[in-house]
Amino acid sequence: MAKITIDGKTIEVADGTTILQAARMIGPDVAPPTMCYYSKLKTSGGYCRTCLVEVSKGSEKDPRPMPKLVASCRTTVMDGMEVKNNSSEKVTDARKGVVEFLLLNHPLDCPVCDQAGECHLQDLSYEHGSAKTRTDFERRNFEKINIGNYIQLHMNRCILCYRCVKVADQITDGRVHGVINRGDHAEISTYIENAIENDFSGNVIDVCPVGALTDKTFRFKSRVWFTKPENAHRDCPTCSGKVVVWKKGDDILRVTGRKDQWGEVEEFICNTCRFETKKTSDWTIEGPSPINNHSVISANHYEVFEKPQELTINQIRPLAIDQNND
Amino acid sequence: MGKKLLLANDHIPGIQSYDVYRSNGGYLSVEKALKTLKPEDIVEEVKKSGLRGRGGAGFPTGMKWSFLAKPEGVPRYLVCNADESEPGTFKDRYLMSRIPHLLVEGMITSSYALGANTSYIYIRGEYYYVAQILEKAIAEAYQNGWLGQNILGTGYNLDLHVQVGGGAYICGEETALLESLEGKRGNPRIKPPFPAIAGLYGCPTVVNNVETIAAVVPIVNDGGDSYAAIGIGKSTGTKLISASGHIKKPGVYEIEMGITVEEFIYSEAYCGGILNNKKLKAVVAGGSSVPILPADKILTTPAGEKRLMSYESLSEGGFASGTMLGSGGFIVMDEDTSIVENLYTFTRFYHHESCGQCSPCREGTAWMEKLLHKILDGHGTLADVDLLWEIQSKIEGNTICPLGDAAAWPVASAIRHFRSEFESFVSNGNAKHPIN
Repeated sequence: MAKITIDGKTIEVADGTTILQAARMIGPDVAPPTMCYYSKLKTSGGYCRTCLVEVSKGSEKDPRPMPKLVASCRTTVMDGMEVKNNSSEKVTDARKGVVEFLLLNHPLDCPVCDQAGECHLQDLSYEHGSAKTRTDFERRNFEKINIGNYIQLHMNRCILCYRCVKVADQITDGRVHGVINRGDHAEISTYIENAIENDFSGNVIDVCPVGALTDKTFRFKSRVWFTKPENAHRDCPTCSGKVVVWKKGDDILRVTGRKDQWGEVEEFICNTCRFETKKTSDWTIEGPSPINNHSVISANHYEVFEKPQELTINQIRPLAIDQNND
Repeated sequence: MGKKLLLANDHIPGIQSYDVYRSNGGYLSVEKALKTLKPEDIVEEVKKSGLRGRGGAGFPTGMKWSFLAKPEGVPRYLVCNADESEPGTFKDRYLMSRIPHLLVEGMITSSYALGANTSYIYIRGEYYYVAQILEKAIAEAYQNGWLGQNILGTGYNLDLHVQVGGGAYICGEETALLESLEGKRGNPRIKPPFPAIAGLYGCPTVVNNVETIAAVVPIVNDGGDSYAAIGIGKSTGTKLISASGHIKKPGVYEIEMGITVEEFIYSEAYCGGILNNKKLKAVVAGGSSVPILPADKILTTPAGEKRLMSYESLSEGGFASGTMLGSGGFIVMDEDTSIVENLYTFTRFYHHESCGQCSPCREGTAWMEKLLHKILDGHGTLADVDLLWEIQSKIEGNTICPLGDAAAWPVASAIRHFRSEFESFVSNGNAKHPIN
């Protein structure tokens, strides 16, 4: 066991735990944001650098601080380690830099992007980014690619987190999906635009933190915050059949995996459940899915509004009168 | 002229061939090592010699070797990093093409010291002709019983392979090199684990530079102490310097560590002074990645002493006024050189060579190149210079591998020491030096 202190909060965890996992055990207040790490995918993490933290004390045995910020998703804890996340100016500064880098070539086409409202990059830039852009150079531009009938790849939005590559590698058989080219020319590709023919290929959509991989059966049907997520299940011969159905009225517009508080799916689901099972009668509805309070999706459905303060008669004045007085 | 250890026999005609090499004291270190020394004795000698990695980082070689994990029943590998791609660096090419057997000999002795039975020389694709020279040398070594089964009847087996890379700078980073050697895309691995624990094919591996491995030969022949007697402080032995730029005699020089920078630039034995007797403006002392220094700072330390060609002296003053010995790619610039233009060339290189795995390097290197292009084109503003500074500071230290630092340092040092040049580009409103 190892004792680790993150932003002044101490927890004891098993050896081999990463700083990020320990921070998540303590709670969302100290957990660094992640864009590429995904606990269900082996070897994920380390690429995006949003989860960088400062190790101010290496361990009880060797208390020297680590010279550089480290990726908390890939660094394991040592007994007596002390870590600064939000309490370190170096970290917040570096993170701000990372957000700027991630947005540098991102089209910011949120108004027409299906991911808007459940986009991790949106959340990240809102919480850690700057309100202004400092670049006016042309951004990367790619043609949209259809990966089979169900998935669309829009590389312009991709932040190269490698999660979909790991999905293709680890939960689908016969990978035809990877990264080609180098540097800022790097792109996700399916090798001459091959369709991914696989029962579980749709999971690349769930793991994508941005709107680069989207569900073609749902594209432009609705903004996510106008749909109601409900937990549902069915007997599926391929996967667990435990999903979230996103409804508008009584219609199921899309089906996704169930996500935990870190935005990661609990179980990967099959393409039949995701793309081809959209009749309400196909599903046993369990009830509303828990949605994080700060998500825009919750705003329309579940948030409890406080009763507005009652206004006195003097405070209620027609707008026109004010304008006349001016 | 100082003592030569690696290039001592460079002048001998036909030294490339086995017979000439052998008759001039070649392969004696293998005989000595295999017949009289235990592997740990050699590691001890290398530790004593104070030899530091010649690829650029300068990590003590003996210490690196002693970190190698030795689990039972698991093969260990020695990999020679011959992916020399740092702009301004061409010493390994010179060494391998002139005296290929020195590297082969060093590989055998070092492999024996590390207990490796299969070793690799990973060489960059552009050095194809050098790879052919090495292949020939290795074939000769096999024919003469220095490689293969039961070498010199001692029961030690070693196979040595040359692998030609695709010509990517990033494959000079040791974990990217291992990925590439395994046949994968050359992306740096996320560390830990380090190669000493899990390297090639997941087995304990040591990756050493060509020059480092060649230096093992004189260390074994003459002993670590005699190697350590050369040089100054923690910079022991000799170092190959690739001198280029505006000097009268560019080329590869073997120097004893500790000669002054001034002597190296102006002495007839080395660079022979600045071309056309112009004034020295700046030097990049250790390959394009290390900070550029203006003439006064490269010739004297902050303490006012003459700066020496050694790891410590060159880095004296930190990055504020110092630099690094790096790989020994010594690039000299005369008074007419445009620092901004030169920086653009370097930055374009790092942008091109970034693997694209981690966001600060992938996006930052491209952004810096675009900004420099804008400044050179005459459309830059003072804010762009500040932005460049900001970008490099956000890359440095935050990336998976050292390529991010290597891209950031030249930008930082150019702005730190030559800010006025950037400002004049910006304020003139048009480019004095249009981009080709």
